[in-house]
Amino acid sequence: MNWRAALIAAFLIALPVTSWAAVDRPLEDATLEARALKLNQEIRCLVCQGQSVADSNADLAYDLRQLVRERVAAGDSDAVVLDYLHARYGDFVLLEPPVKPATYALWFGPPVLLVIGGVAVLLFHRHNRKRNAATPTPLNEAERRALDVLLKDDGP
Amino acid sequence: MSDLPEPSEAATDMRRSLVKRLWFVLPVLVFVVIAVVLAVTLGRQSNEHARDLPSALVDKPLPAFNLPPVEGYEAGLSDADIKAAGVSLLNVFASWCGPCRVEHPIWMDYAKQPDAVPLFGLNYKDQPENASSWLKKLGDPYRKIGADLNGRVGIDFGVYGVPETFIIDKTGRIVFKHVGVMTRKDLDETILPLIARLKG
Repeated sequence: MNWRAALIAAFLIALPVTSWAAVDRPLEDATLEARALKLNQEIRCLVCQGQSVADSNADLAYDLRQLVRERVAAGDSDAVVLDYLHARYGDFVLLEPPVKPATYALWFGPPVLLVIGGVAVLLFHRHNRKRNAATPTPLNEAERRALDVLLKDDGP
Repeated sequence: MSDLPEPSEAATDMRRSLVKRLWFVLPVLVFVVIAVVLAVTLGRQSNEHARDLPSALVDKPLPAFNLPPVEGYEAGLSDADIKAAGVSLLNVFASWCGPCRVEHPIWMDYAKQPDAVPLFGLNYKDQPENASSWLKKLGDPYRKIGADLNGRVGIDFGVYGVPETFIIDKTGRIVFKHVGVMTRKDLDETILPLIARLKG
């Protein structure tokens, strides 16, 4: 079997699997569904890891989406739903990690670096300005005359 | 007046230019440090356990659950079964999961050991008939198996990639979680020593 046939075979084998894949069942209440969607965008898919549960096609992501819908429909607040997942999957499940000592570098690192960079730029500029501010010794008579000649020569 | 600066002036000039040069080298050094750190972490990323996440359930009690049996079996599995068994292992598996088949012989072998602790199975989101034929064909190393058809108990256990293996202590607390294929090496070097410590 050549590779082309193998590819077609693989495609045909994969086909029924995709049609079995679970389909999302949005909540009928539009406001609840909007809340569920917003929550799902804050939850990381643990299988694909770079995506939110709302964006992922992974089976687990589907399960989690459905779970969030159920909990929202049952009247859980956003915080309760996120706590529920956090208790099971840890900080990693939240796309926005909580602020705590272990994540201080994550949260405060960039602003601190920005301040350090800003101070460095400021110091650099002040240093330069001081150096430029040192007035050069004025030209003497001979030099000024020479300069005048040069400037006049430059004319059209 | 000579064109050459005085010797002492030359020395300060040289020192000044050296300091200036250091200022130019500094960013390069910073860059090199960052590059090395990133390269090392990237190298670590590519190893087999890069996707392993710290489990939120370690050091927590077993979640309460009560699952029906796999098709063709009499008894299901509940948290009470595991708690009653003392130090034990819980293996999350499925017939559709390739790596589970890879690690399966390890469990068959382990279950035969005279000093083996009870091994429980959590059959995760399987088709009932596939699960039972898988166990019939390859063997059943589990003391008891629960069928988690919709994966909800799996979520309670923080399962995100099958196979996963949990070690539970005498008090019914989860003390360790292993994600991915259980290799001989993992079993001998990590799991068994930990079990020995928990039993002792």
